[in-house]
Amino acid sequence: MKRFVIFIFLMIMQSPSYAVLPTEILKNPELEARARSISQTLRCLVCQNQSIDDSDASLAKDLRVIVRERLTAGDSDDQVFNYVVARYGNFVLLQPPVQSDTLILWAAPFVLLLLALGLAIKYLRKQPPLEGQT
Amino acid sequence: MITELGHFALLLALMTSIIQATLPLYGAHRQDRALMQLASVCGVASFLLVGLAFASLIYAFVMDDFSVKLVVTSSEIAKPLIYKITGVWANHEGSMLLWVLILVIFAAAIALFGINLPAPLKARVLAVQGMIATAFIAFLVFTSNPFERLAIVPPDGNGMNPLLQDPGLAAHPPCLYLGYVGFSVAFSFAVAALIEGKVDATWARWVRPWVLIAWCFLTMGITLGSFWAYYILGWGGWWFWDPVENVSFMPWLAGTALLHSALVVERRHALVSWTILLAILTFSLSLIGTFVVRSGVLTSVHSFATDPTRGTFILMIIMVATGGALLLYALRIPTVRQGAPFAVISRESSLLLNNVLLVVAAATVFIGTFYPLLIDLIGKDKISIGAPYYNRTFIPLFIPVLIAMVIGPFLKWKRDDLGPALKKLKSPLAIAVIIAFVVAAFSLGNKILTASAIGLSAWIVLGSFWVLAKRIKLGTVATAQSFAILRSTPRAYFGLLFAHVGLGLVVGAIATVTTWQEENILAMKPGDQTSISTYGVKLTKIEQVPGPNYNAERGTFELSSAGKTFTVLTAERRFYPLQQSLSNQTGIRTNLISNIYIAMGEADQSGAWTVRIYYHPLAPWLWIGGFIMAFGGFVSLSDRRFRVGAHA
Repeated sequence: MKRFVIFIFLMIMQSPSYAVLPTEILKNPELEARARSISQTLRCLVCQNQSIDDSDASLAKDLRVIVRERLTAGDSDDQVFNYVVARYGNFVLLQPPVQSDTLILWAAPFVLLLLALGLAIKYLRKQPPLEGQT
Repeated sequence: MITELGHFALLLALMTSIIQATLPLYGAHRQDRALMQLASVCGVASFLLVGLAFASLIYAFVMDDFSVKLVVTSSEIAKPLIYKITGVWANHEGSMLLWVLILVIFAAAIALFGINLPAPLKARVLAVQGMIATAFIAFLVFTSNPFERLAIVPPDGNGMNPLLQDPGLAAHPPCLYLGYVGFSVAFSFAVAALIEGKVDATWARWVRPWVLIAWCFLTMGITLGSFWAYYILGWGGWWFWDPVENVSFMPWLAGTALLHSALVVERRHALVSWTILLAILTFSLSLIGTFVVRSGVLTSVHSFATDPTRGTFILMIIMVATGGALLLYALRIPTVRQGAPFAVISRESSLLLNNVLLVVAAATVFIGTFYPLLIDLIGKDKISIGAPYYNRTFIPLFIPVLIAMVIGPFLKWKRDDLGPALKKLKSPLAIAVIIAFVVAAFSLGNKILTASAIGLSAWIVLGSFWVLAKRIKLGTVATAQSFAILRSTPRAYFGLLFAHVGLGLVVGAIATVTTWQEENILAMKPGDQTSISTYGVKLTKIEQVPGPNYNAERGTFELSSAGKTFTVLTAERRFYPLQQSLSNQTGIRTNLISNIYIAMGEADQSGAWTVRIYYHPLAPWLWIGGFIMAFGGFVSLSDRRFRVGAHA
C-alpha cells in the first residue's frame, strides 16, 4: 500500500511544466530579457534539473518574481545571483561556481583531453617503424 | 493461468541462461563440439522462453487482469488498447523484461546467423551473453517480478502516467534498449576475444555490424526521446542535459567512437587493444544508463522506482561485468598481437583523434552527471550542473570532432599528407566560409558564434558530399563514367555520407533554432489575435472535449499569413481524473523549415487562457538529421561485406 501511495504521489508531481506566465513579464523589454537569461541558469529547487524559466512549480514562480523584483530595484545581474545564492545556496545555480570542491569538475574535461592526446601520441611513437619510412 | 505460464517460462529461461553461461565455456576449452553447440541451443531456447513470458505479460495487460500487481499499478480499463500494450514497458518491471527480451533476441540472432563464426569463438560469445542474461533474469525474478499476483483483486487499475501515454514514447524505450543492449554483443565479442587471446580480421568483421545496429537504434532512441520531450513538455525545449538524457548520450558517444575504431581494426588491424577496451566501456556505460534510470539514484522524470535493493543489484551487475572484463583485459591483453603501424597523418590517425575527442566528451558528460552526487556524498555543499556547464566544456570538445570529421575520409590509410587532402577540400571550405560570412553580415556582426556554427554545418554537409563527388570523379571524367563508378561504389560510402550529413544538419538546426527562435507568451480570450514571427495567430474557440480516459480543454487557433488563414491548429490540456494529473497536447505546425508551436496553459479568473506560442526555425531538422544519421548506419549495414556468409 505504501508503494501505491508513493506511486500516486509521483504521478501528481509529474504535471506538465510551463514557463513564464504572462502576468510575470516585465514591461521593460530590456529588463525582461535580462530576467529571462538569469532565469535560464537558475535551478528550480523542487524539480529535476529544470531551470526556473522552464518550470511551473510554484517555487520556480516565486524565484522568477524575486529575480524580476531585484532587477526592477536596479540590481546588476551579479547582485541578483548573489541575492539568490545567499538564500538558496549553490544548488540553485545550474552553472556550478568555480571553487575548491568544483576545481576537478571544471578542470577534468581539459586535463582528460591533454591526457588522452598524450596517450595517443605515445601510441603513435611506440609503433614499429613503417616500412619505407625515412 | 497464462500469467503463471509466463512466470514459469521466465524461471526456465534463467535455467537455460545458466547452462548457456557455463557449459559452452568448458566445451570451448576442451574443444568439445557438442558442448559448444549447446550455447546456440540455449540461446534460442532462452529467446523462446522470454518471448513467451513477454507475450503473457502483454496478454495480462490487454485483458485487464487486475490480479497481476503490475497491471494494477500501471494500467486501467479505460486506457486505449495501444497504451495497454505499450504500458507493458512503461514501468520498471515490464521495461526490464523488455531489456532482457532484447538481450536474448541478440543472443538468438548470433546463434542463428553466426553460421560461419569459428565454433569456439561463437560458444564463448554466447556464453558471455548467457552470463549477462543470467544476471538480468535473476534481477527480474528476485527483485522486480512482473508476474506478482495480488490476493485481493481491485476492480480497476491505478492508470498509467499520462505523459507516457503517447505514441512517441511507445517506440522510444524499445529503440533505446535495442541500442543499449546491442552493445552487449560488442562486449561479449571483446570478452570472448580476451579469453581466446587473439583478435583477427574475422573478429572485427563480426563485431562491426552489431555495433552498427546498436548505434543506429540508440541514435533513433535518443532522437525520439528528444522529439517526445519537445512536443509533450509544452515549452519547446528539446535537450535538457538531464541526467536521464545524459546516460543515454554517454553510450552513444562511446559507441560512435567504437564504430570508428572497429573500422580501423577491420581494415588495418590496428588499435586492436584499444577497441576491445572501448567495447567493454561502451557496454558498461549502457549498464550505468540502465542503473541510473532504474534505481532513481539521480532523481528524474524517468525514475519510477525508488527501491534501493534494485539499485544495489544492478550496481553489483555493473561491478562484476565491468570489473571482471577489465581484469581479464589487464591479464590477457599482452597476448593479443599488436596492430599494424600507421603514420601520424593517415586515416587511422584521424580515427584515433575521433576516438580521443569522443571519449573525452563522453567522460565530460559522465563527470557532469555524477559530480553533484559526489559533492553531495562529501556532504558540505549541494551543487547543480546544467546546460551552462556543458556549453563551456562539451561544446569546445565537440567542435574539433566536427571539423575533423570532414578531413578524415579524405586521408589515405596508413600514410598520407595533410596538404593534398586539404587541397581537395578547397571548394567546400570556401563555400562554408562564405556562408559563415554572409550570416555574420546579415546579423550585423551580432551573431558571430551562430555564423560560425552554420559555417561548420555547411562544411560538414558539403564536405561529406565531396567524399562521394571526388570518388566518382565528378566533373573530371565523363558523366556516364562517373555514374558507372557511382553504381559500383560500396554502400558503406553512402552510409558515411548520410551519417555525417545528418550530424551536419543537426548542428545547423541547433545553431539556428537557439539563435532565432521567437516566443509569445500571453493571456488570450476566444476571438483574440496575436502574432509570431510573420504569422498571425487567432484563438477562435475553447471547448471541452472528452477523451477515452481524460477530459481535454481544447483551444483552436487559426494561423494566418499576410491576412490569409492557411491552417487551423489545436492544442489541448488533458486532465486524467484517475491519476489526478495533467498532460499537454501541443499544437505544432511544421512546413519542414520551421515549426509554429502552441501550448495551452491555465485560465485565469477573467476567463483568459495562458497561451504559449513559439516559432522554431529549422527545428524539424534536429530530428530529421538524427534519423538521417541512423539511416546512414542502416545503409552501411546493408553493405556487401556484412552480409551473412560473405567473405571479404
